Amino acid sequence: MEIFGIPLAAFLGQLLLGLVNGSFYAMLSLGLAVIFGLLNVINFAHGALYMMGAFLAWMGLQYFGISYWVMLLLAPLMIALFGMVIERSMLRWLYQLDHLYGLLLTFGVTLIIEGVFRSFYGVSGQPFAVPPQLAGATDLGFMMLPIYRAWVVVASLVVCLVTWFVIEKTRLGAYLRAGTENPRMVEAFGINVPLMVTLTYGFGVALAAFAGVLAAPVLQVSPLMGSNLIVTIFAVVVIGGMGSILGSIVTGLALGVIEGLTKVFYPELSSTVVFIIMAIVLLVRPAGLFGREK
Amino acid sequence: MSRKLGYTAVLLGLLIAPFALYPVLLMKILCFALFACAFNLLIGFTGLLSFGHAAFFGGAAYITGHALKMWGLPFELGILTGTLFAALVGWVIGGLAIRRQGIYFTMITLALAQMLFFVFLQAPFTGGEDGLQSIPRGYLLGVIDLRNDLTMYYVVLAIMVLSFALIVRVIHSPFGQVLKAVRENEPRATSLGYEVARYKSLAFVLSAALAGLAGSVKAVVLGFGTLTDVHWSMSGLVVLMTLVGGMGTLFGPVLGAIIIIALENKLGDVGAWLAQVTAVEWFNTLGESVTMITGLIFVICVLAFRRGIIGELVARLR
Repeated sequence: MEIFGIPLAAFLGQLLLGLVNGSFYAMLSLGLAVIFGLLNVINFAHGALYMMGAFLAWMGLQYFGISYWVMLLLAPLMIALFGMVIERSMLRWLYQLDHLYGLLLTFGVTLIIEGVFRSFYGVSGQPFAVPPQLAGATDLGFMMLPIYRAWVVVASLVVCLVTWFVIEKTRLGAYLRAGTENPRMVEAFGINVPLMVTLTYGFGVALAAFAGVLAAPVLQVSPLMGSNLIVTIFAVVVIGGMGSILGSIVTGLALGVIEGLTKVFYPELSSTVVFIIMAIVLLVRPAGLFGREK
Repeated sequence: MSRKLGYTAVLLGLLIAPFALYPVLLMKILCFALFACAFNLLIGFTGLLSFGHAAFFGGAAYITGHALKMWGLPFELGILTGTLFAALVGWVIGGLAIRRQGIYFTMITLALAQMLFFVFLQAPFTGGEDGLQSIPRGYLLGVIDLRNDLTMYYVVLAIMVLSFALIVRVIHSPFGQVLKAVRENEPRATSLGYEVARYKSLAFVLSAALAGLAGSVKAVVLGFGTLTDVHWSMSGLVVLMTLVGGMGTLFGPVLGAIIIIALENKLGDVGAWLAQVTAVEWFNTLGESVTMITGLIFVICVLAFRRGIIGELVARLR
């Protein structure tokens, strides 16, 4: 069976790969949006922390024999801790200033993290085996489904939806949304806003690290894996607008799929398609698909 | 009076500099100084943080290189082609980016520049990962041989001084005053009847063209154009130069360019020396860890030193 001259199996394979990439986009842009909402900081270090998540998983297995499953929980926790240290020691001092200083600071942090990892591991990728429980593929009749890829999509979707639920439907999320709207008012109601800010930053970067661990077996673990991704994530954020949680998730997934399909039909364009879409969205709807004009 | 004296002293210093220092390194510093000044025109005087200036700098380098090497254009026309290309790309990227404000503007410039990076990576004429090699210097006005480093240096110096004078003129012109008004308070500038978008766009094109001029000249001086010049890390580097020297000051970016380029060139030596003194083997690899050090400077500058060297000096002297 063929679709537009492409064998169906190949088409579906790329579609799945696009969904996998889209899941990473969704998780990263979600974290970026949550952080921006409360801190007004565009976290350039998001890609570097994603890379660190992947590296922690690799190091855990390589040096200490800790399994993928343990690291899937441990790595985000460690990165959250690391992120909270960054927030408390550095970002905290910039909230009163122009937003661009937050971006510049996290850019510097990105360079440091990447530089450290490059000085130890070079630029080549480290292979990371798919955990044995998820190895192999099942035959669905019309295509072979690699189990690990399916797991990535399902796990990311669950994490994204739980995040959406917590922010939109729980009391904790209500504090967070209130803090986004008017932090001083929330503080006046007796809520520890600085602590909430720190925890939010920790949570946002934990999402990035979680995505990193998920990505480790799909992509190679390399010090540069985060830096190219972060620019694409910025485009995703501009396209979606950072106003809505569900918007971030949907935009991320959709762009991953579009990118995957471009690889099938017009491979030359696959690395630029996201940016072209961004340009079109800026022309048609400058605030972004789910954004609100201020 | 003292200002005129200062300008004369700097100019004299630049005229005799190639007899004391390696001319190619000096030319490289001059190119980056202009690049940083062009960037500063946006961040320092219009309040727009572009994270995509590598596209103009590196893109113009490729175009100039190609024009000189494959089309056989003379030096002046080659430089002009590169600069016009940068202006055109600046017009497109700037036009899209100014549709959003603040931090979004920055993200859009970064993303569009990254798109151009991929275009240059895939385009056959750039030589992909190997870069565009052996760009000929040719002759100025058909007679002056530019293969001599000293001759080339004075030509580059003339271009840079003229461009710098242009930037100073723009900043002090009525146009420059409107840009400052936009930086200080955009809604107010709008309500005073200025078409802010047009001013922003024009400033962006001017900045892009000058960044392109710097890239074009650099490509001719060094004889090659590479992917490094269009990569976002180059955009970051020019931000750092401006930040270190002082955003919104005239000479800050120049000083920042000198410091950062000197650092890049000498970091290996410094590392070797540190390794010798402290007997820590790791310092020998410092030359390869330039990104780490630039990152560190970034963090320190943003946290403690936001006015930059010149800005700090001016504030102290007042």
